[in-house]
Amino acid sequence: MKTDDPDHVSKSPDGRDARLQPAWREQFPVDWPTDDFRSRRDFTKLLGLTSLAFVAGQLWIALLSLRRRAKESRSLPETEIASVAELPVGGSKVFDYPRSGAACVLTRVATDRFVAYGQKCTHLSCPVIPRPERNRLQCPCHEGAFDLATGEPIAGPPRRPLPRLRLAIRGGSVFAVGLEEGTL
Amino acid sequence: MNLPPFARSQRLTIVSGILCFVLILVVLQLWLLTATMESFLGGSDAIVVPAALASIGCFALNFGLLHFFLRKLDR
Repeated sequence: MKTDDPDHVSKSPDGRDARLQPAWREQFPVDWPTDDFRSRRDFTKLLGLTSLAFVAGQLWIALLSLRRRAKESRSLPETEIASVAELPVGGSKVFDYPRSGAACVLTRVATDRFVAYGQKCTHLSCPVIPRPERNRLQCPCHEGAFDLATGEPIAGPPRRPLPRLRLAIRGGSVFAVGLEEGTL
Repeated sequence: MNLPPFARSQRLTIVSGILCFVLILVVLQLWLLTATMESFLGGSDAIVVPAALASIGCFALNFGLLHFFLRKLDR
């Protein structure tokens, strides 16, 4: 709103009269005399809108959560990753699953038991290294460690478990058949 | 419900009370949103739906208070 106050110095970029300007210029004036103090009423209305925005945020997260669940439930390809004879007990092999570039690590922890995890540390994505002799997967970047049997973090900065792969052993070969729910 | 007319000083007290209550609920919603986001990014979906329902409940309460404020008290 135009005033006679000498502090009213700014002009609109298009040079037109203040009454012809869009409403938002009146709502957010540059000059001090044209700025009204917000009343409790306006502030409370603003809080109401903020509250609505938070609800929208919550619903957005719920939508993302549903999409993630749908994606997880979609079946992943079954891929042969190693032969049983290829890995001695305590041996490991790095492979890509479910797509190229998604590095995972397979470890033979006993004669009849294999485990496989995503190789990216859940702290800052450094590749983890299996240490079967210490029953852990070690992250060399910040000395993080994960339990080899479960993938749960046991030392260092990581707080989330490694994504764990579901495995199947058929005909002397080890197959990756999917991801454990809730570990991705 | 027809409310008796309030004196100006009474209205000011009521408005301040409503404002405080709405502010507390909005801060609660902010906390809910950050906690839900933290949990979601951590791979857990367990609290997503309960937190969304709680946030909707807070908004409903806020909306009711604002309605009272703008339509009943502010006549």
